[in-house]
Amino acid sequence: MLYRENGQFKTSYRADQQIFPIVQDRIAIALLLVVAAVVIPWTAPEYLFRAILIPFLILSLAALGLNILVGYCGQISLGTGAFMAVGAYAAYNFTVRIQGMPLIVALLLGGVCATAIGVLFGIPSLRIKGLYLAVATLAAQFFTDWAFLRIKWFTNDSLSGSVNVGGLQVFGWPIDTPVQKYLFCLAFVVVFALLAKNLVRGHLGREWMAIRDMDVAAEVIGIRPVYAKLTAFAVSSFIVGVAGGLWGFVHLGSWEPAAFSIDRSFQLLFMVIIGGLGSIMGSFFGAAFIVVLPIILDNLPYWFDVPIDTALASHLTFMIFGALIVFFLIVEPHGIARLWSTGKEKLRLWPFPH
Amino acid sequence: MGAFLETLIGGLMAGMLYSLIALGFVLIFKASGVFNFAQGAMVLFAALAMARFAQWVPQVIGVQDKLLANAIAFVGALALMIVLAWLIERLVLGRLVNQEGITLLMATLGITYFLDGFGQTLFGSDIYKLDVGMPKDPLFMFQNVFQGGILVSKEDLYAAVIAAALVAVLSLFFQKTATGRALRAVADDHQAAQSIGIPLSRIWVIVWSVAGFVALVAGIIWGSKLGVQFSLGLVALKALPVVILGGLTSVPGAIIGGLIIGVGEKLSEVYVGPMFGGGIEIWFAYVLALLFLLVRPQGLFGEKIIDRV
Repeated sequence: MLYRENGQFKTSYRADQQIFPIVQDRIAIALLLVVAAVVIPWTAPEYLFRAILIPFLILSLAALGLNILVGYCGQISLGTGAFMAVGAYAAYNFTVRIQGMPLIVALLLGGVCATAIGVLFGIPSLRIKGLYLAVATLAAQFFTDWAFLRIKWFTNDSLSGSVNVGGLQVFGWPIDTPVQKYLFCLAFVVVFALLAKNLVRGHLGREWMAIRDMDVAAEVIGIRPVYAKLTAFAVSSFIVGVAGGLWGFVHLGSWEPAAFSIDRSFQLLFMVIIGGLGSIMGSFFGAAFIVVLPIILDNLPYWFDVPIDTALASHLTFMIFGALIVFFLIVEPHGIARLWSTGKEKLRLWPFPH
Repeated sequence: MGAFLETLIGGLMAGMLYSLIALGFVLIFKASGVFNFAQGAMVLFAALAMARFAQWVPQVIGVQDKLLANAIAFVGALALMIVLAWLIERLVLGRLVNQEGITLLMATLGITYFLDGFGQTLFGSDIYKLDVGMPKDPLFMFQNVFQGGILVSKEDLYAAVIAAALVAVLSLFFQKTATGRALRAVADDHQAAQSIGIPLSRIWVIVWSVAGFVALVAGIIWGSKLGVQFSLGLVALKALPVVILGGLTSVPGAIIGGLIIGVGEKLSEVYVGPMFGGGIEIWFAYVLALLFLLVRPQGLFGEKIIDRV
C-alpha cells in the first residue's frame, strides 16, 4: 500500500529518464546509502568488516564489471581472475616503481593496464563465439597465472613470489582500520555503480545489448561489432582491474597469484549468473549470496554445536554449495534480480492483486 | 633426432589421454548441448570409487584374486556412474530444459563442486594408489636405428592402446547399434528426434552413463599413473583446449585435437620453454587453441556455425 506511484506525474524528459523513477525507490536508495556510509561504520563489529563487508564490496565491483561483459554484451568470459590480477599487479608496480604515487591514481592506472590486456584478449571475440570463446578466455587466465608466477619483474623480484603493500593513504588520511578500508571501498563501488548504470542505459549499453541479443542483426542495423565488443571488454576489464587492485591492496595487503586463480573467475561468474545477467542490482545480490553462503555453511556446525571433523566439514561445504547453486539455477534461472523485480511488481498491486 | 622422436612419442601418448577426457565432453555436448564442466570431477569421482572399491572388495567379500577384485570394483564403479548419470538427468538437466547454454554450464559447475565434496566425503581425501597391473618399467625402442634407442614408458603405451580401443568401440557403438543411431539423431536435432519417438530423457541418461564410463576409464589410467587424488579433477582443464581445437561436436576432432595438443605441449616445453623460463605447458595449449580458432572458429571438425537473422 505504501509502494504506489499514483500521482507521480512526469512533466519533463529528465524526470522520465531518471534511474529511479519512483519516489519510494529514491527514498529507499538514499536510506540504504546513509545506512551503508554512516550507520554501519559506527555499529558493525570488526569481524563483519573483515570477513563479509569488504570482500562483498570489492567482489560486487568485480561482478559488476563482469556483468557488463557477460550480461550486457553476451560474451562469456572465464578469465576474470586474470584481469583482476593484471589490475592488482600493475597497481603494485606503479606504487613500487614511482615514488609518491597516490593510491587512487595507482589503482586507476592498474585498471587501465587491465583494459589493455582485456582488449587484447577480447580481439578473438570478433571471430570466436559462445562456448568456444568461454574456453578461449581461459588462455588469459592461465597465461597471467604463469606470468605473475614466473616473470620476476612483475613481482619486483621478491623472493617468496608474494608481494605486499602497506601504509595506504588517501589525501593524507591513512587507510588502516577496517572501517577506513570499508569506506574507501564503498566510495569506489558507489561511483562505479553509478557510472556503469549510466553507461548501460546510454547508447553504448544499447549497442552492447543489441550485440548480445543477435550480433548479425545488430550489424545489419548499423552497429559496429568490433567497436561494441571491444568497448565492452575494455569497460568490463577496467572495472574488474580496479576491483583487483582493491582486492590486493585493501583486502589482502599481501598476495600471490593464487589469489586470482581460476576459482576466483568461477566465483565471479557464479555471482553474475545467480545475481542476474544484465542487471546492475543483480551483481550486488550475487556477490552477497556467494560471499555470505560459505561463511554461513562454515559456521553452521558451531552454531548448533555439532562436533564435526574439519576436513569433513569442508567437503560438506563443497557439497552443499554445489547443490545450492544447482538448486538456485533450477528455481530461478534468471537470477535473484528477477525475483526482486517480480517481488516489486507484486508489491505494487498488494493487497488487491486483481 | 632421437630426443625429438622421444618427445614426439611422449606427446602423442599424453595426447591420447587428453582425447580420452575430451571425448567425454564431446559426447555430452553433442547429445544434449551441455558443456559439461563436471567431466573432470566425474573422472575424479570414478577414480576414487574404483580405488576404494578395489581396496574394500578383498576386505569385505574376501576375494583374494587381484584381477577378480579389480573387475568387481570396476563393475561397482560403473554402476555408481550410471546411477549418477540417472540422478543428474532427473534432478538437474531434466529441470533445466530450454535454458541458455551458460546457465547449463553453470549448473555443471555446481555439479563439479558437489561431486568434489561428495566423492571425498564418501571415499576419503587421501591419495590412493590404484593398481590395475599396468607395467611401470620403461621400454627401449629402435635401438638398432638410433644410438641408445628411444625411451618409451610402457605404461603410457598401454594407456594409449586402451584409449584407442575405447575410441574404436565407441565409434562402432555410435555407428552400428540402434541406440547409437538414436544418440546421433538426438545430437542432430532434439525436436525432430523427439517427434519420431525417441525418448529424450532416456537418451540423456545413456549419454551421461557413457560419459561416466569414459570418465572411469580415464580415471583409472590417470589414477594409476599419478595416484588418485584431488588434483585428478584438474586434468579436465587440460582437456578443454583439446575440445575447442577439435570442435565441440566432433568425436574424431577430440582425438586429433588431443594428439595435436599433446605433441605441441611436449615439443614446446622442450624447445620453446627454456626461452621463457619453463612451465609454459599450462598456457601453451590454450594459446595454441586460441590461435587456431582465429582461423577456424568452429574448431577442426566442428560443424560450421551459420548465423541466420
